[in-house]
Amino acid sequence: MALTIGVPREVQPGEKRVATVPDVVEKLIKQGFRVAVEAGAGDGAQIGDDAYRAAGADVVADRAQLWSLADIVFKVRAPDPAEVGLLREGGMLVSFIWPAQNPDLMKALAARKATVLAMDSVPRISRAQKLDALSSMANIAGYRAVIEAAHQFGRFFTGSITAAGKVPPAKVFVIGAGVAGLAAIGAASGLGAIVRANDTRPEVADQVKSMGGEFVGVDYVEEGSGVGGYAKVMSEGFQKAQRDVFAKQAKDVDIIITTALIPGKPAPRLITEEMVKSMKQGSVIVDMAAEQGGNCELTVPGEIVVRHGVTIIGYADLPSRLARQASTLYATNLLRLCEDLVKTKSIEGDAIHIDMQDEVLRGTTVIDRGEITWPPPPPKLSAAPPAAKAATPVAAPKAHGHGKAKGAMAPGRAAVYFGAGALLFLLIGAFAPASFIGHFTVFVLACFVGYMVVWNVTPALHTPLMSVTNAVSSIIAIGALVQIAPDLAQVSADLSRPGEWIRWLSVGAIVLATVNMFGGFAVTRRMLDMFRK
Amino acid sequence: MSTSLSTISYLGATILFILCLGGLSHPETARRGNLYGIVGMAIAVVATVFGPQVTAGGLPYIVAAMVVGAAVGLYAARVVRMTQMPELVALMHSLVGLAAMLVGYANFVDPAVAAKLTPAEKAIHEFEMYVGVLIGAVTFSGSVIAFGKLSGRISGKPMLLPGRHWLNLAGLVLVVWFGYRFVMAHGVAEGMVPMIVMTVVALLFGVHMVMAIGGADMPVVVSMLNSYSGWAAAATGFMLSNDLLIVVGALVGSSGAILSYIMCAAMNRNFLSVIAGGFGTDGGAPAAGGGAAQPVGEVNPISAGETAELLREAKSVIVVPGYGMAVAQAQHTVCEITKVLRERGVNVRFGIHPVAGRMPGHMNVLLAEAKVPYDIVFEMDELNEDFPDTDVAIVIGANDIVNPAAQEDPTSPIAGMPVLEVWKAKTSVVMKRSMASGYAGVDNPLFYKDNNRMLFGDAKKMLDEVLAALKS
Repeated sequence: MALTIGVPREVQPGEKRVATVPDVVEKLIKQGFRVAVEAGAGDGAQIGDDAYRAAGADVVADRAQLWSLADIVFKVRAPDPAEVGLLREGGMLVSFIWPAQNPDLMKALAARKATVLAMDSVPRISRAQKLDALSSMANIAGYRAVIEAAHQFGRFFTGSITAAGKVPPAKVFVIGAGVAGLAAIGAASGLGAIVRANDTRPEVADQVKSMGGEFVGVDYVEEGSGVGGYAKVMSEGFQKAQRDVFAKQAKDVDIIITTALIPGKPAPRLITEEMVKSMKQGSVIVDMAAEQGGNCELTVPGEIVVRHGVTIIGYADLPSRLARQASTLYATNLLRLCEDLVKTKSIEGDAIHIDMQDEVLRGTTVIDRGEITWPPPPPKLSAAPPAAKAATPVAAPKAHGHGKAKGAMAPGRAAVYFGAGALLFLLIGAFAPASFIGHFTVFVLACFVGYMVVWNVTPALHTPLMSVTNAVSSIIAIGALVQIAPDLAQVSADLSRPGEWIRWLSVGAIVLATVNMFGGFAVTRRMLDMFRK
Repeated sequence: MSTSLSTISYLGATILFILCLGGLSHPETARRGNLYGIVGMAIAVVATVFGPQVTAGGLPYIVAAMVVGAAVGLYAARVVRMTQMPELVALMHSLVGLAAMLVGYANFVDPAVAAKLTPAEKAIHEFEMYVGVLIGAVTFSGSVIAFGKLSGRISGKPMLLPGRHWLNLAGLVLVVWFGYRFVMAHGVAEGMVPMIVMTVVALLFGVHMVMAIGGADMPVVVSMLNSYSGWAAAATGFMLSNDLLIVVGALVGSSGAILSYIMCAAMNRNFLSVIAGGFGTDGGAPAAGGGAAQPVGEVNPISAGETAELLREAKSVIVVPGYGMAVAQAQHTVCEITKVLRERGVNVRFGIHPVAGRMPGHMNVLLAEAKVPYDIVFEMDELNEDFPDTDVAIVIGANDIVNPAAQEDPTSPIAGMPVLEVWKAKTSVVMKRSMASGYAGVDNPLFYKDNNRMLFGDAKKMLDEVLAALKS
């Protein structure tokens, strides 16, 4: 029996997006899911119920029935209390959640024993880009911000000379060159405006240029990149220099689009009332950070206001204003998430059991079967977990089991390994002579060191590494060297010692080992000389 | 040189060896790592030669042996071509194995060693000696066979004797039984027979083990033998009560084992099933022919000129090299083409499968030799999602690593192995000499896809033509 994905209509007033579109429905069905959509769910995005039906979805008229039918619920906005009540006990929900801002919602969902995947918590790593709904939405918001600005702005964007007179091009200043900012730069320059952009992270200058904008830097040296490619709070000195730049731009440009956000903090106040006053009459400011308090002092979240002759747009629902596009991209993000869930066997047959070893799924899952798992541990640094390391002593010379590479071992298995290791050590301790124990200690510790040292090697260097370890293993020459002419003074003379035999065997071993020694290091050197940037 | 001084030198050498392996993890530090290794080895050798365990009488022999060995080694390192690197490394492993055997025998025939040991110590010492020779022999014969397979002197197909697991088991029983006899024996003469029998069994076991492993698994085998040569050194160290040998042997042994493990994980295969040998046999599907899902359809050939046309119009190109590029020595031409395309603003990247070629990292070494900048060379995971946005994917002499059957056909012997998804690019071009199947002996449905084009011929010659057409 296939799992059913339920897609309810969004209940938040003004929300026009929907969590799936007919194209994606087809693909979900191909993956083995059943899809149920609430009647009218796609109305806001201009997608009729018939389109969903044609794609193979069941259209369910009754809201409560849809929620009870669904094994997995796809939503856009975080559920309101009524929706939480509808969610099936132990069900699964995928939507935006914003766990940091909504602790009560998290508690309510946990109480329903739900499994919740938050699309706003997808880790920012390249593998997860395909499900990064925040980027998809930011992209749309950036585009729409320009369209809204154009709507309010009383002039052309393109400069042109017509029979009726000369039209100067509009000048647009974009603050913050993240996904939204870059999309805005692209849209504005596409319309023919002169676009300038500023960002605290100097390395985005090239990206700004690639979108058709001009980078306006702040002449003050400070690195502005925080963790995961997001911006961070800057120093006082930088902020002052930045304000000077903005004040200068405000006098010159017609449109300002601000996108500056710092994760987990209120939006920085970048545009002061002074600056607004200094702008030309009829100018437009689009404050894309309105929901987080706004980058402009005069922004009213959710509304358009005119202050000192400048129109300030504070819409917080820009993606929803391009509902069809936003729905398509969001639905595709969810589809990719489903693919990952199936691939990692988090969904297998009827069972849902999120693979918490998968970095992407771990980060996205904020509640796992009623247990709050947010915030996730910081991005992993490639070291293997301690349990796997502890299992290494068992790896006696010929056993190559180094525990499982990914993730911690199941406790039962770890216990078995530890037990076997302890038994082995006990046996050795009980029977081996003291001289052996010393060497054995050294041996086991060296195995650990080898494990730690090699584990992080980049695949590109596997061949040189192998060649160098091969060269190092010609240390066996030492074994031959100590036998070739030992100090025989302490040995009683009556032993008949086949000295010649030993000597020539040793000479042979030395020749072989030296070939390896010199050849190995020389070859490694030759290979490494070729690696260059 | 006093005993303390030589022990401290050994300690210094050990630290240098650890730094050496650690340095090899990153391209920036790798060269320094190699230098550490050389210095460490020099210190170890000098400290031993002038240490308390070697008298002046041995010096002429040592110097002569080392001069000969060094000359041969340096000569081999200079003349070897980068494409022959896997063979050379395999051959060198065999030298270490053989050296370990010789050291073990030398130690065995020397009565002076055993004379001062207590009975318990003597038993352990003999056990260590036995194990040392055993591992040495397996490493030696296994490496020789691996060398033969890699250089094409022996067929790459797995040789599967009937009841091969029983044969191995019988060998193991023999080795254990004679080991018991050996430890119980009094004197050299009595112990010689078990020792020799064991050596022969171990040699045969090494041959048999590697013969049963298919060519596609060779990278794992090479790194496993690398690990064995380390364990052989460690066993020798136990035998001679030499901590330096123990430490370095264990370092090499464990690092080789981990490398093998990493590679097995990359191929989605169980380490034991690789070692047990016989590609595809564990899945229950026939190794050749691809089982039930025999792909059918037409292949679309393409000429070098048309390929150049495709490349000229592309915005983004991914090159997937395989063993075929190594064989044809085509890496320099590939680099030239890359340069031309990049000058035209085409985004050219390289996608390297973890087991492309015949040893781990083989492709990276070749591309580095051709001076392809390493920041446009990517791993499979970094690149796989970009294929749908790629205009042209060029596969140069690779087969199994781009086989969609691994994802689409659960009965395929390579099912579940991660592959580069070149078929998702707008157009893929496969350069191949013929329609023959790859090392795994599995037919490739990629060749029959609508968006795939086949460019038949020697990779080097064809790429030269493509380059000429691009430049004109």
